[in-house]
Amino acid sequence: MDVGHWLEGLGQSNPVALAAIRVVLLVLPILVLVPGLIWLERRLLSWMQDRIGPNRTGTVTFPSNFPLKFLAGKKVRTFGLLQPIADGVKLFLKEDVTPSAIDKLVYFLAPFLALFPAFALGATLPWASTGFMPFTSIPGPYSLLTPVANVEIGILYVLAISSLGAYGLVLAGYASNNKYSLMGGIRASAQLISYELGMGVSLACVALATGSLKMPDMVMQQEAALWGVAEHIQNWFVFTPWGLVSAIVFLICLVAETNRAPFDLPEAENELIAGYHTEYSSMKFAVFFMGEYAAMFLLSGVFAAVFLGGYNLVPVRWEHLADTYPAMAGFYGAMAKLNYWLGPLWFLGKCAGGVAFFIWLRATLPRLRYDQLMSLGWKTLLPLAVANFIVVALYIVFTSLYGPAGGWGAWGGATLVLVLLYLNIAAATRKGPLASPPRRIALVDGTEAPASLREREQVKT
Amino acid sequence: MNVNALIPTVDWRALAPFTIVVCTGIVALIIEMLRPRRNNNLVVGVSLFGLLVAGWSLFGMLGGPSDESFAGMILNDRFGQILQLVMVGSCAVCFLFSEPYLREKRIPFAEFYPLALWSTAGGMLMVSSKHLLMVFLGLELLSISLYCLAGMSRYESKSEESALKYFLLGSFASAFLLMGIAFIYGETASLHLGRISEVLGAASASPLSTIGAAMVLVGLGFKLALVPFHQWTPDVYQGAPTNVTAFMAAVSKVAALGALVRFLWAIGTLDTVWFPLMWWVAVATMTVGNLAALVQNDVKRTLGYSSIAHAGYLLVGVLAAFSAPGRVSLDATAFYLISYAAMTIGAFAVISLTASGQHEGTRFYDVRGLWKRAPWAAGCLVVFLCSLIGIPITSGFFGKLLIFQAAFDAGLPALAVLLAVNSAISTYYYLGIIQAAFVTEEGAVAPRFGKPSASLNLACAVCLAGVLGAGLFAGPLIRGMGTAEVGPPVGVPVQDPLTIHTKNTSD
Amino acid sequence: MTANQVAFLLVGGLAALGATGVVACGEKPVRSALCLVLNFFLLGVLYFMLGAELLGIIQVMVYAGAIMVLFLFVVMVLALQSQEAPRHKERRWPLAIVGAIALAATVASVIVTFDPSPFSQPVGDGYGKPQAIGAYLFTEYALPFEVASVLLLVGIVGSVLLARRNA
Repeated sequence: MDVGHWLEGLGQSNPVALAAIRVVLLVLPILVLVPGLIWLERRLLSWMQDRIGPNRTGTVTFPSNFPLKFLAGKKVRTFGLLQPIADGVKLFLKEDVTPSAIDKLVYFLAPFLALFPAFALGATLPWASTGFMPFTSIPGPYSLLTPVANVEIGILYVLAISSLGAYGLVLAGYASNNKYSLMGGIRASAQLISYELGMGVSLACVALATGSLKMPDMVMQQEAALWGVAEHIQNWFVFTPWGLVSAIVFLICLVAETNRAPFDLPEAENELIAGYHTEYSSMKFAVFFMGEYAAMFLLSGVFAAVFLGGYNLVPVRWEHLADTYPAMAGFYGAMAKLNYWLGPLWFLGKCAGGVAFFIWLRATLPRLRYDQLMSLGWKTLLPLAVANFIVVALYIVFTSLYGPAGGWGAWGGATLVLVLLYLNIAAATRKGPLASPPRRIALVDGTEAPASLREREQVKT
Repeated sequence: MNVNALIPTVDWRALAPFTIVVCTGIVALIIEMLRPRRNNNLVVGVSLFGLLVAGWSLFGMLGGPSDESFAGMILNDRFGQILQLVMVGSCAVCFLFSEPYLREKRIPFAEFYPLALWSTAGGMLMVSSKHLLMVFLGLELLSISLYCLAGMSRYESKSEESALKYFLLGSFASAFLLMGIAFIYGETASLHLGRISEVLGAASASPLSTIGAAMVLVGLGFKLALVPFHQWTPDVYQGAPTNVTAFMAAVSKVAALGALVRFLWAIGTLDTVWFPLMWWVAVATMTVGNLAALVQNDVKRTLGYSSIAHAGYLLVGVLAAFSAPGRVSLDATAFYLISYAAMTIGAFAVISLTASGQHEGTRFYDVRGLWKRAPWAAGCLVVFLCSLIGIPITSGFFGKLLIFQAAFDAGLPALAVLLAVNSAISTYYYLGIIQAAFVTEEGAVAPRFGKPSASLNLACAVCLAGVLGAGLFAGPLIRGMGTAEVGPPVGVPVQDPLTIHTKNTSD
Repeated sequence: MTANQVAFLLVGGLAALGATGVVACGEKPVRSALCLVLNFFLLGVLYFMLGAELLGIIQVMVYAGAIMVLFLFVVMVLALQSQEAPRHKERRWPLAIVGAIALAATVASVIVTFDPSPFSQPVGDGYGKPQAIGAYLFTEYALPFEVASVLLLVGIVGSVLLARRNA
């Protein structure tokens, strides 16, 4: 490959330039795609909610005397694809209001602190195969282009940077000198801190299984045979029992980390106007908006890389199939090459799929109450992730000792024990002081409800 | 990297007491979790059993040779074992009278027991390690539990105040300790006290090691409540629940003293710097503690100041041992620690009787007529306070005598004399407490006291046995102590720094 | 001076500036906290430049990402009840100056007498890598590691104890 040689030469002669290329290749698609994501959200949401949605912007009706005959008098529909651009123009041209009694420095710093982690998130994310090209043992050109920094601590970097995302929201809430903003900021910080734990532990399970913190290694591990048994199928972590639990926990935490519905309490409009960005208008608001979408997109990418086989289209080991069935080698080989060379496309597709999932959630689920949010994070997700961590350790040990059957046995046994333990503790705490007191119905004049009503209520709770 | 080469040798037996205490705490916590809204008797029982086992395992090791394992992180020697025994015993006695007191105060939280156990475990680590990292971790384990325990009584603002003060000043001191450890590591490239001693001995004192050592001494001095790092003591002692105060006074002082001895041993070659400094600190600690105690009208506060003074006496013992290695051993200090733990816990146990209902008054005024309500406890209090004064046949007397003698033997007569003078001063306020307990005013409303429970009487009896027994069998106990081996590796000046000082000023 | 040294000095200088900002913004707690965040973040970057990747990322994750967010959280909760910032007493200055001079003198003495020879050998292959640190944590430093976990347990139980109001 000429491009490959050129890149290799560049890497040797001028590594900084190569690094710059890597950064551009990561950031540019996000910048280009964010408007597309906004369009996707609006169209998808309207479809799910049985509305029409923005479908006019960009629709052109050519006049009947148009020079190009085949276009004259025709109506070209673009399904509102230009709507995000119109939105952008609108945001640009709107009046930029800055409240007077604010902490100016922090106020202007906050949107950028929200945007920076969103873009920095992807630095260790491999968007294409870093391994050998199919049927060779030569590293392909992608290995020079992705990830931006192939450091040992890849996944920890994602956690660290996503935890920095809290600052933008918190400071915006503080600096606006508006009590709703402040509430939004406080909610955002509490929420992010709570859900980081579950996220971290669920990723720790994967790190334990992979034996590495590097994200390219994690994807490559998923290209092995499923459970070490099914040789033609890739071992995407979401197919393993512990990986599924991890993936669910991680996915929920992801939604909470990006402040998306049903976890969008920091900007709950019926309680806090618009939460932390109430006082932000025009472009400053757009920066928040962009940060949110970029974070959503990249974190979907992280999910895809860690649990969904990264840049592989389908969980099939084409090369292995080609080796096993020489009769079909041509087809399988072609598929393997397709899988390798169009890897970035598959990865983008998975990211977009993740975003579509976010939108689906928003259309489906009502917003949580704040105490529900906290108890979900602390009492359900974190214990689940920790239990899963123990289980995955046992699974790995027993798999290495007794093969897949041993691993599954250990998994089943450990899960059974943990479920029983959980039920036991739940039963104990339900009786104990941790249980919430029975709800009382207060009547309008402040007196309590009559005993008969109260009893009925207590039975229910 | 060959991981197997890194695996250190582990003496599991030396690690056993610590492990047992920690695991007992975890078991106690689980019991509390599984039996909510029940009384804590089972938790107390399990905790006491665990402490008993830990004490038994420590006792079994007493005769053995001293060794270190886990790359010096666990040191198993006589001095450490004795100090650990004192801590385990103190914790057990505190548990004996804690439950009735906590119930009386309406704060019967079973979390007290695991936290106190872990705190004890932290103290045990501090005295049985030759590694500064472990000393720091032990100190934090000890302290953080105590911060929480001090603020246990949430409805009393003085308890919260005491917790907050203790926490803020304690974290400040921890920062000093950590910074000092970092400086010393920067100089010696090791956290192992033996190695530090070697490196410091080989070179002349550098500013880095000197300041580092000073910072570590500040951190430990805070824990030990040495003047001028003592300001937190009276407030914290007064505000914390009485059982926590008793625990704090005994365990944290023993642990800090143990760590201080180990550290002073390691920086023995810097003695020209720290010896005069510590000499003055000892003088100030004894004097300030006693003088400030004279004007107090609160029993717990008075005992807080008295504990400062006692830290000074203990420091005299330590300095004596370091200035005449070989001739004077740490036996006197270890003996004094045992008797100090017994008498101070006993005194606080009796004072805990002033809690009645949710009310607890600890001023002198509030203990009036204690002897009528609880004659046995009041009688014990007299013995404990006599021992704190240093009246013959009690162990306090022999302890002070031994330290006095050690100071003379080591050529520190000024310290010895100051010790005697201070003991005489302290008589005044101890007698004040005794007088308050035995006075009833005609016609005045007598304060209410909690019912002296069997377990409290037992705790008093144990402390009484400790105080009197250590006094009666002082000879055999001292002979059995055998802590001589901890002494400093190199010679330390025998000359009294006071004489040097006066010479300088007269010039 | 190599490019690496320039970058190191730049980041280190900025970190020091951030640390100064923490004290200089004493009247505005949020700005003070922000300076501290900057300092912690740049310290993480410094660790990265020294090859201690894991230490660097943990510095960022724990200090900048978790502890400082909690700091800000508390500051903001306090800001909800509007309060007057207490005026600082100027009499602390002499002590601060003495302390600063003593520290500077110590650092200077170390720099002046610095002997680079023990540090001139290259570090081992796995230096600063998660594998190396993990190997130490599970062998030589297993005991402190476990004690630290007990310490965390104490923190959790202690905070539950302090939050309980009735039995």
